This record gives sequence, structure tokens and C-alpha cells, in this order.
Amino acid sequence: MTSLLDHSRGETVGYSFSQSTAAPVRQHGFYPYTDNGGSTLGITGSDFAILAGDTRSTSGYNINSRMVPKVFKIGGEDETGEGAHIILSVVGFAADGNALKERLDAVVKMYKYQHGKSMSVSACAQRLSTILYGKRFFPYYVHAILAGLDEEGKGALYSYDPVGSYEREQCRAAGAAASLIMPFLDNQVNFKNQYIPGSGEGHALEQKKAEPLPQETVKQLVRDAFTSAVERHIEVGDHLQVMIITSNGIEEVFHPLKKD
Amino acid sequence: MNHFPEAWGRPRDDVYGAYNSSYLQTSGPKTHTSSPAVTGTSVIGVKFNGGVVLATDNLASYGSLARFTDVKRLRSFGDKAVVGFGGDVSDMQYIDRLLESIDIRENYSTHGNMLNAKNLHTYLAKVFYKRRSEFNPLWNHVLVAGFDGEGEPFLSSADLLGTTFSAPHLATGFGAHLAVPILRRVFPDEKPIEEISRDQAVAALKDCLKVLFYRDARSLDKYSIAVITKEGIDLKENEQLEGQSWAFAERIKGYGAQTN
Repeated sequence: MTSLLDHSRGETVGYSFSQSTAAPVRQHGFYPYTDNGGSTLGITGSDFAILAGDTRSTSGYNINSRMVPKVFKIGGEDETGEGAHIILSVVGFAADGNALKERLDAVVKMYKYQHGKSMSVSACAQRLSTILYGKRFFPYYVHAILAGLDEEGKGALYSYDPVGSYEREQCRAAGAAASLIMPFLDNQVNFKNQYIPGSGEGHALEQKKAEPLPQETVKQLVRDAFTSAVERHIEVGDHLQVMIITSNGIEEVFHPLKKD
Repeated sequence: MNHFPEAWGRPRDDVYGAYNSSYLQTSGPKTHTSSPAVTGTSVIGVKFNGGVVLATDNLASYGSLARFTDVKRLRSFGDKAVVGFGGDVSDMQYIDRLLESIDIRENYSTHGNMLNAKNLHTYLAKVFYKRRSEFNPLWNHVLVAGFDGEGEPFLSSADLLGTTFSAPHLATGFGAHLAVPILRRVFPDEKPIEEISRDQAVAALKDCLKVLFYRDARSLDKYSIAVITKEGIDLKENEQLEGQSWAFAERIKGYGAQTN
């Protein structure tokens, strides 16, 4: 049958109708992704981790909704999220983000049912990487950040690319305004390009050492980062959702952002 | 001369030309579901004190042809929720059959609790997301209206990619550009939905439908409107737009044959 449709073998004579009538290979017209905009940000301290994100959902120049949270409690009760000890933020394609959140949530719950103890943040971080890599050839189009407290009670933050590469970090910005927020964080959290005055001759000064910041300072940095991002990025705005995880549990607060 | 068996009994290629196999798909994926055929335009919805209103016009277009002028695009689910469909009409009818079978199954079940609008929206979003992940999308953008588990008014959107969002007022398609700004002006974010009466909500939707009929070329002045309250669903499917004023049309210059 295949050779019946194979025209290259048939003799070609100069008839007007003897040109090839094979159908051209057609491209698939359906693109399964979209970008829902928004930005997220995570910073850790010595005994806490903060994850924040704006609540705007966009498609193109449209604002879908002003209240679509991007930060989720993982492994807690369904409606309230009570009892969770891990938080996840997802930014990019929101439908993939939701699917990813629900899968990780199910994994963390199953772990507790099967082992009778909560999943550690480092184990959850590895599992999230495996979930993302499992869809290596049809990825979840999201930039995920996972946060919690490690075995020593220190703030733990893991950031991911869409196919599961991950790294533990002190701070990370993701999403539409990541390029606006991340340099600010480099300077204010990791003290990049900050030098100790009078510590050397001329320009050979000593770098200011990065050290864990107090919670109040970090909260203010998060709010400053977003108020600045809102000024310069049209896909960021409406409300700022902030989750703070400490040994006392998870605290969630919303702050207003500009709605223009 | 071709003596191969696959050519036996066939007209000679060198005389009659090669067999036209262009209508046989020889390669590539299935493509007939990767674009919509007969489509419905905008769906608009608003929450008010004690319920939700949803409206669509009664047109199904075939490209730019106004093909079917009596298509009901609001479908009620039991007496609890209404789904408004935009996009492909055959996919709408398929989803409607799905919902019908669920409704029957739920009614025969012994647990006695019915699916509310929120459950229905979650289900639809998952159907959409599964189908887009199989590269065989259901080409619709729907609004789901009714009540959530707490008995609060519920209005949420789901589209062919599985993207979901919820807001006090929503519109799909052209309505996202034309109706949402009107609704945001009449019912600003500061105004709680408890201060919006049923009559105000219905009047606002009628205004939006009128503006859509003025400016959306694939729209109709016959429409359906559903008011969902605790008392039940009030669905009117053969409404006529009233109070049109085309006086503004005379002042529009610069289109078509007349260019000055």
C-alpha cells in the first residue's frame, strides 16, 4: 500500500496533470501552552522562609482576574491547607501549575499515610524534581519554588526550571518580573557589589559577607521588590500574597498592589 | 511501464496521471480537531447579592457566516448550576452529553448530595486539561455559575487549555474586551457583591449584550439569560435585545466604500 502512494517510482511523462498530488505535511495548529504572567519570590532566613507572589492572572493584554493566588500549601487539609509544612509557588502556565501543585500535594499526603511521618523538605524537593523531569518531553511550563524548614529548623528554599533542574538557594525570583527583582535580591540579600568601607587600599575592598536577615527586613524587601516590579511590568499587580513558614506554622497575608 | 503488483488493475500513471491521494492523510497527526468549526461568541456573567446571572446570544457561526440563529448556549446542570459555552458548538454538545450522564448518575446514586457549581467547574477544567494534554482539545471557553459548597455565589471560567480563574464578573471571547470594562465600571472592585441587586445585574448584562451586538460582527440580537438563585434557575432562552440605538453609526467614518 505504501508504494501505491509513492509517486517517485512512477514514470513521469510530460502531461499537465502528472504533477505530484501528494498532500503537503501539515503542521499541528494547536499550541498547548499559554503564559498567564505574574511573578513570585522566595527568601529564607535562619528560622523562617518566605514565599510571595502577585495574584494577577493575564492572557495577552487582558487581565483574567485580580485574585488568582500562586502560592500553595502542600500536604495540608484540602480547603484550609491546615497542617501543611511545605509551601510551593508556581508561575508560568497556570493550568500546568495547578496540575503540578495537585500532584505534589497528593504525593506528600500519600507519603504521610504510608510512612506515618511528614515528608522532609529535602525529600519533597527531590520528588518535585522527579515529577517535573517525568514530563521532560512535554514539560510543565512553570517555574516552581518550594519552601519549608530543614531538619535543623533553618529556612529552606529550592528553585526549579520547567524540566526539573533544581538548587537550594537563599533567595530566588521567578516569572514575568524575575529579571527586574533578581538583581535587587542579589544586592540586598546576598550583598553583591557591597563592600566594607575602609577595609582595603583604593578599590581593593573586602566584599560584604551575606548572612541570614531578620524576618522584618525580609518582609520589607519582599514588599519593596513587588511595588517596584508593578511599576515596570504590566503583568504584575493587584495583590501581593505572602506566606511565611516558621516553627509555629504557616502565616498567610495579602497586601494591596497597584491595579493599573 | 510499471509492472509492480500494486499498480495492477489501475489506470496507467503515464497516461492518466498519478492517483490523487491528497484527500488521504498520508502523514502527520490528526488535525480536524485542532481548530474550531461552528462557533459561539462571548459568554458574560456577574455575581449579585444572592446569586449569579449568565448570558449568551443564540448564534452559532460558521466562520463569518451566521449559520445557526437559534442555538442555546446556556446549559443547566440539574437545578444547581448553569454552564455558558463559547467556542466550538459540537464540542459543547459533547460536553453537554457528558454532563447529562453525570447528572443522571448522581441522581440515581444513594449518597444524596448533588454536585454544586464549584464541583462542576473543577470537573470541566480537568476534562479540558486532559484533552489539551492529549493534543485533542475541546475548543471551548466556558463560564460556570451557581453556588459553592458554602452556599456562596460562584462564577468561574475554564478554557480549552485547562486554564481557570474566577472573578465577580467574567466574560469570554470578544466580551473580555467589550463587556468586562463596562461591568468593572458599573460594579467596581470596591463595591461588594452584597450591594448589587438582581435587577442591577440583569440590566448590566443586557447593556453588555447590546454593546456586543453593536460591535461584535459574530453576534446576534437574540439571546439567552439565566439567573441562578437559591430558589432555582430562571432560564430564558428566546429573548430579544431591546432599546437599540444605531444613531451612533451615522457618525462613524473611514470604513468600507466611504472613506472620507
